Amino acid sequence: MDFWDILQYGAWAVAGLLLLWMVVDAAKVSRRFSEDVLTSSQEGIDELAQQQEQHKGGR
Amino acid sequence: MSDVTAGQSAPTIINLKKVLGPAHVWALGVGIVLVGEFMGWNYSVAKGGAYGSLIACFVIGLLYTCVAMIDSEITSTVAAAGGQYAQAKHTTGPLMAFNVGLYLVMAYTMLESADVLVIGDLVHGGASELGRDNVDPHPFVFLSVAVLAFLNYRGVFMALSVNFLITAIAFVSIIILWVGVHPFSPGEITQHAQMLAIQNLPELSNVPGLPYGWLGVLASFQFGIWYYLGIEGTCQAAEEVRSAGRSLPLGTMTGMITLLIAAALTWWICAGMLPWDYLGQALAPLYDASKMSGSTFLHILLWVATVFSAVASANGCINDASRAWFSMGRDRYLPQWFSAVHPTYRTPYRSILFLIPIAVAFGFTGLLAQTITFSILSGLLGYTFMPINVMKFRRKWPLGSIKRGYVHPWHPIPAITLFILCVATLFAVFLGFGTQLLAMMSFYILASVWFTFHRYKFVKRGDQFTMAWPRPRGY
Repeated sequence: MDFWDILQYGAWAVAGLLLLWMVVDAAKVSRRFSEDVLTSSQEGIDELAQQQEQHKGGR
Repeated sequence: MSDVTAGQSAPTIINLKKVLGPAHVWALGVGIVLVGEFMGWNYSVAKGGAYGSLIACFVIGLLYTCVAMIDSEITSTVAAAGGQYAQAKHTTGPLMAFNVGLYLVMAYTMLESADVLVIGDLVHGGASELGRDNVDPHPFVFLSVAVLAFLNYRGVFMALSVNFLITAIAFVSIIILWVGVHPFSPGEITQHAQMLAIQNLPELSNVPGLPYGWLGVLASFQFGIWYYLGIEGTCQAAEEVRSAGRSLPLGTMTGMITLLIAAALTWWICAGMLPWDYLGQALAPLYDASKMSGSTFLHILLWVATVFSAVASANGCINDASRAWFSMGRDRYLPQWFSAVHPTYRTPYRSILFLIPIAVAFGFTGLLAQTITFSILSGLLGYTFMPINVMKFRRKWPLGSIKRGYVHPWHPIPAITLFILCVATLFAVFLGFGTQLLAMMSFYILASVWFTFHRYKFVKRGDQFTMAWPRPRGY
């Protein structure tokens, strides 16, 4: 087994591990948070603008 | 959970994170496109000769300048993930938006597959040059997708910061190569006088310098798209930039200027160093030109830059395809499950994950030409609808009725120019890939039928319009 063989097996292994990590993490997140929270994103909401407004209002 | 916005009594809301600036927008747009300078554009030389390719470079440059100007204006007001999809939703309607969204996802996912396919081939080719002939490209295709998807999964800031770095290196390498071939000493390394003088095929064309005449020039438009394909992807960052009104026009327009410079330099270097009949079918012409320069430094630099350009492109495509898919899920054009945002990383993680196997599958096919053609056609169909959308946008919300971060000049001339150039380029694509064009049109028509008769009933019509704008004129 030479350098290139090790590189090829290494590429398969690293790619597989990264993919596995993402799938496991996604499953954990789905268990910890409700679907309503995870899909609560709203288009057109500018958090930064809202924070700036609150900042101005607080002064 | 500090990353999550929560009201006192309102339910918790998780939005995408606003962390990007103009440099990230530049990195997203140029990063997706720059691979097209390293490969692909040169097939236009086979269609129209080197001069024909240069004309295509300028004409398609004009097409994309119109795209960039129109996009900059609309996206500076419709600051939403999904880019042109969200624009179409606001200006025209659901069916147009569904089609545009689908074009975006297909264009970016197919381009990502083509990019990683190229990375695999470059590793295979690099290993061959180092004496090992049978290195399998597949693990490197898979690794590229996995690493880039991981980067995108963990956060948009890091993903696009990396893109900025590797895109800048790839762009600077083109300038270094240009300097390295002594541009102010014509005939020393570059041989434009000889290379451009031999491009006549008198039996086919009587136009000097155009081996297949003006029809060849028109046919070359389909590959001229490679010079700029994907710059419109900057719009997908709209929901994640700190200041959409400033960052998007600035990032997009500087990106377009960067690409015009890169395209002109690329053509000049390659047309002066490689015979046109070789250039027209070369896999990586800038890399070939670096080998012809005789400099080991340029040879290695251009190999690295070619890999970086493909990596940057795939990275940007993962970002853009996932945002478009996420956005369609959020509006229920697709199952809402895809619109989940990661509570920690604030990324559309399910959309990123879902598109991985599709990109890997097409990357494993090894069918570069077919994959990239699918991407180009999807992008081109999207551009063809842009003039209609911007006309409606300006008619419904005239200047002064809403706040715009950027106003594109001379409306409606850019829209009309864009439409004419899109029709000409679609005809050019029909000349080269007529069957694929018709097959794709059929696919999108079938998808539209599915959306109209099945999916549309799930769409919340009242939630479609999200911008705090006044009632459109005429309604």
